[in-house]
Amino acid sequence: MSVAEQSIAGAEARGHGFLASSVGRKIVMAASGIVLFGFVTVHMIGNTQAYMGAEAFNGYAKFLHSMLHGGGIWIFRAVLLLATGLHVWSATTLTLDNLAARPVGYRAQQNVASTWASRTMRWSGVILAAFIVFHLMHLTTGQAHPAFDHANPYANFVSGFKVPAAAAFYIVAQLCLGLHMWHGVWSFTQTLGLSHPRYESLRRNFATGLTLLVVGVNISYPVAVITGFIH
Amino acid sequence: MSKHLNLTLHVWRQKNTNCDGKFVEYPAENVSPDMSFLEMLDVVNEGLIRKGEDPITFDHDCREGICGTCSMVINGRPHGPKERTTTCQLHMRSFQDGESITLEPWRAEAFPVLRDLMVDRTAFDRIIAAGGFISVPTGSPQDANALPIPKVNAELAMDAAACIGCGACVAACPNASAMLFVSAKINHLGQLPQGQPERYSRVRDMIAQMDAEEFGTCTNHGECEIACPKGIKMENIARMNRDFLKASITYRPAVVGGGAG
Amino acid sequence: MELKSQIPDGPIEKKWDKHKFDLKLVNPANKRKYKVIVVGSGLAGGAAAASLAELGYEVECYCYQDSPRRAHSIAAQGGINGAKNYHGDGDSVRRLFYDTVKGGDFRAREANVHRLAEVSNNIIDQCVGQGVPFAREYGGLLDNRSFGGAQVSRTFYARGQTGQQLLLGAYQALERQIGLGAVKMFSRHEMLEVIVVDGVAKGIVTRNMVTGKIESHVADAVCLATGGYGNVFYLSTNAKGCNGTAIWRAYKKGAAFANPCFTQIHPTCIPVTGDHQSKLTLMSESLRNDGRIWVPKRKEDCGKPASQIPEDDRDYYLERKYPSFGNLAPRDISSRAAKQACDEGRGIGATGRGVYLDFDDSIKRLGQPKIEERYGNLFEMYERITDENPYKTPMRIYPASHYTMGGLWVDYNLQSTIPGLFVLGEANFSDHGANRLGASALMQGLADGYFVIPYTIGGYLAGIKPGSRIKLDDPAVKATEQTVTDQIGRLFAIKGKQTPDHFHRELGKVMWEYSGMGRNEAGLKKALELIPQIREEFWNNLCIPGTGEEVNQSLEMAGRVADFLELGELLCLDALNRRESCGAHFREEWQTGEGEAMRDDESFCHVAAWEYQGEGNAPVRHTEQLAFESLHLATRNYK
Repeated sequence: MSVAEQSIAGAEARGHGFLASSVGRKIVMAASGIVLFGFVTVHMIGNTQAYMGAEAFNGYAKFLHSMLHGGGIWIFRAVLLLATGLHVWSATTLTLDNLAARPVGYRAQQNVASTWASRTMRWSGVILAAFIVFHLMHLTTGQAHPAFDHANPYANFVSGFKVPAAAAFYIVAQLCLGLHMWHGVWSFTQTLGLSHPRYESLRRNFATGLTLLVVGVNISYPVAVITGFIH
Repeated sequence: MSKHLNLTLHVWRQKNTNCDGKFVEYPAENVSPDMSFLEMLDVVNEGLIRKGEDPITFDHDCREGICGTCSMVINGRPHGPKERTTTCQLHMRSFQDGESITLEPWRAEAFPVLRDLMVDRTAFDRIIAAGGFISVPTGSPQDANALPIPKVNAELAMDAAACIGCGACVAACPNASAMLFVSAKINHLGQLPQGQPERYSRVRDMIAQMDAEEFGTCTNHGECEIACPKGIKMENIARMNRDFLKASITYRPAVVGGGAG
Repeated sequence: MELKSQIPDGPIEKKWDKHKFDLKLVNPANKRKYKVIVVGSGLAGGAAAASLAELGYEVECYCYQDSPRRAHSIAAQGGINGAKNYHGDGDSVRRLFYDTVKGGDFRAREANVHRLAEVSNNIIDQCVGQGVPFAREYGGLLDNRSFGGAQVSRTFYARGQTGQQLLLGAYQALERQIGLGAVKMFSRHEMLEVIVVDGVAKGIVTRNMVTGKIESHVADAVCLATGGYGNVFYLSTNAKGCNGTAIWRAYKKGAAFANPCFTQIHPTCIPVTGDHQSKLTLMSESLRNDGRIWVPKRKEDCGKPASQIPEDDRDYYLERKYPSFGNLAPRDISSRAAKQACDEGRGIGATGRGVYLDFDDSIKRLGQPKIEERYGNLFEMYERITDENPYKTPMRIYPASHYTMGGLWVDYNLQSTIPGLFVLGEANFSDHGANRLGASALMQGLADGYFVIPYTIGGYLAGIKPGSRIKLDDPAVKATEQTVTDQIGRLFAIKGKQTPDHFHRELGKVMWEYSGMGRNEAGLKKALELIPQIREEFWNNLCIPGTGEEVNQSLEMAGRVADFLELGELLCLDALNRRESCGAHFREEWQTGEGEAMRDDESFCHVAAWEYQGEGNAPVRHTEQLAFESLHLATRNYK
């Protein structure tokens, strides 16, 4: 049989490329998710310097801004922006496809295996997107901050969390991050094909451990500020 | 002999694909716990026919859990409450006297309702036609023992090949995704040496057809695995994703024609 | 009617080779000008449709199921025979041939069976090539197990799902051809009539089971691969949808129906629980490899749990009566022995119609994990249905209608007495004689589909001018279509009170009672009185709600039951006329003092083929004498 015949129903004849395919977009979502989780983890580790006092924290901020003659942070920002863009794009198109795949729902749907985290990914994602905008305006550009000082990130950090609403939003967003990460970290191993029964518990434990660590440490900041541990 | 049951059924009735459907209530009285679920429906239907009413249409055939024809969502779960059991092998002893049971068809854009609880699953056939095979014309293969296959691979292939194509995975998935079905076939053939020559074109072609049928995508809920009457594992999906990634990275367009001579 | 078997001459080992060479070929460029219709998509039909399309013919395939993958071949559990002799235990093509002829109690055509044994090896190669995951040993080579009626291990298997895996292989080959546009698939289409023009098959009439539309399809040849008629007993191991309509309508159009009384009762099925029962579930015969069959020696013990009956009070009746084959005695013999034990009042379970299949010894000897590996899925299935754990308490089993050796008469080319109408697989009568051995049905279906019809149909088509097919507007096509529409109209017009299933159950009771495991003249005559009464009642008191122009499962069932009500009568008539016991056909008047079957080779070493004579007329019984040249007629002995 000729190749031409073979491709009657094939992907090639249909021009069904990687990004057009559902699994391709899932892989994009997983890969961009890894970048974002990686960032969140590094961000959390860097911020622990808040516990070392203003000098250390401001020095860290200064270092970030001066890396590679000031170009480093822009490279980071570009990568993060791209990852966020791809993540949101793939999530949105896949969600729309999934909603269209079941136009009529069940009257008595029973969920057995899925978790609350897995079922709320799209909502935790939307809340996180909103939070990212707020967080940038709050502690990076300052528009949402009551007394922003470009020269003193540590002071911004302390005074920013003294506003109860801001601290509350921050904590809620961190809980969403926890749900999103817990399902997302396990999920990307599955999407990228890193599944093997031997490492199944490892995958789950890794997702749980990383999530607890990131969310726990992150929530400790507003708590430390409000309780006066950091001042 | 254990006690007989009286039940109330809430059944989705829909005359054809283009009509709207609705739930209708039917009593199922004096049901023996030794009956299979479908036998209980047979009795209800015979009562309806005798009254001159349209019986409840549902797909069924072998009634021994292997043909994959029976398909209904029972109280929100495809094939009902018992794991690794098709509707035809579900017995009424799994229900309590006085219980209400809601019966709905598989719900998916790719599985249009034909009537009542009967849906059109030909999308699955088209996915197989797109690549779910090994191209081996009749009479062409070598001796069956010429190619030893490690027992572990043969067993893994068999695990995946046990899929009966019933569509419960699609019905259970919150996204109506067919990835468990598709990945089972990809893994069945991908585990075997005979399946290697077409391994990477197969995964691309089958996923392309799966998308064209408008199934949803996997978001790793795991509902499919629990609903599957044959215990097909989600690990298959991961392996399919891996093959797809490799296929996409190493893909090169086929050259048509060419060569001297 | 002349029954020309077309058996090639020459020594038996050379017949098929010679015949393949003698058959005319169709030029490759001409193949696409011929259209072949295949009805049924199981092992025989699926394999035939795929293979014919690979050769280049234009193929249309029809099935009543929603997908070709659901044909009832899928339910075969145990395995498929092949004379590979991979284990060096003395197997050969000749031994498989001999075992099959002997198993069939010398009522099959030698030449056909030899061909079957020859191609059995090609089938195994083909299936492995398709990716069928047969069981393997640790070295990676194929594993085999033994099966009833054979003393060698020649059965290839894929857990307890061999039929499923073989069917999926054929289905995938078929889907590949559908994807390539070489086969047009019509699922949810039920064949309701053959179009015969000037005595030659030219097409079929179908009902679209979704829209209700009656459609005609014309072709150069028609292949029926529609399975057996075991559902004539109502309760059987067949799927609910299995039916005899296609072959019955062909019979009424002039195809001879051969040996309808040869129906197999499978010894190991889960017993009936009540009147609601809609089908019986088979437990693979392979279980008899490791399970021991017994009943209590004394009637009084029947009510006790199995564990409280000591070893000495158990009667392992198969081991006692047939020491050399023991629990692996052929199906007909095992079934009758179970019936006998129950007739003596020693049956177990609530109904007293059951015997134990006990794995206790094997579990002690091999350990539970080994038994789980071999039969795990069957044990699970048993537990799901009965709510009993067979690792702890012995299984209860009882015989049930399973397979029909009889079917449309075909010659060596698988052509029926209607030229252009070929019949494959269980639907024909050809290879199993009066009894089929385990793991041979899959073999025969695939042999017919993959390795016989692709050759023999070419010989037929080569004699037809390409492009001479009749047109859809031919008056003969319209007339046939009209008969189908009229029949459906007649069914709706009855407007009675009873359901199609009701009549089916009534028929089944009569068939099982008088024409089941044991038959006698008085009983068969009684059945021949009762069946027309049920038929009469059917045509006066049937109720089908709804219309014909929609999905209507009651209408589908009514049409099938109407045909069974006629087919059952022919079955009993054939059983009455075959005044001997052979294979699965056990006439109580012909038995030895020990209750063994007594064959009458003087008078009945022939195929009985019935010719339809029109409504209300008795059909005519023709015979095809069976010649045994390579093997000599012997009395079966499994002691």
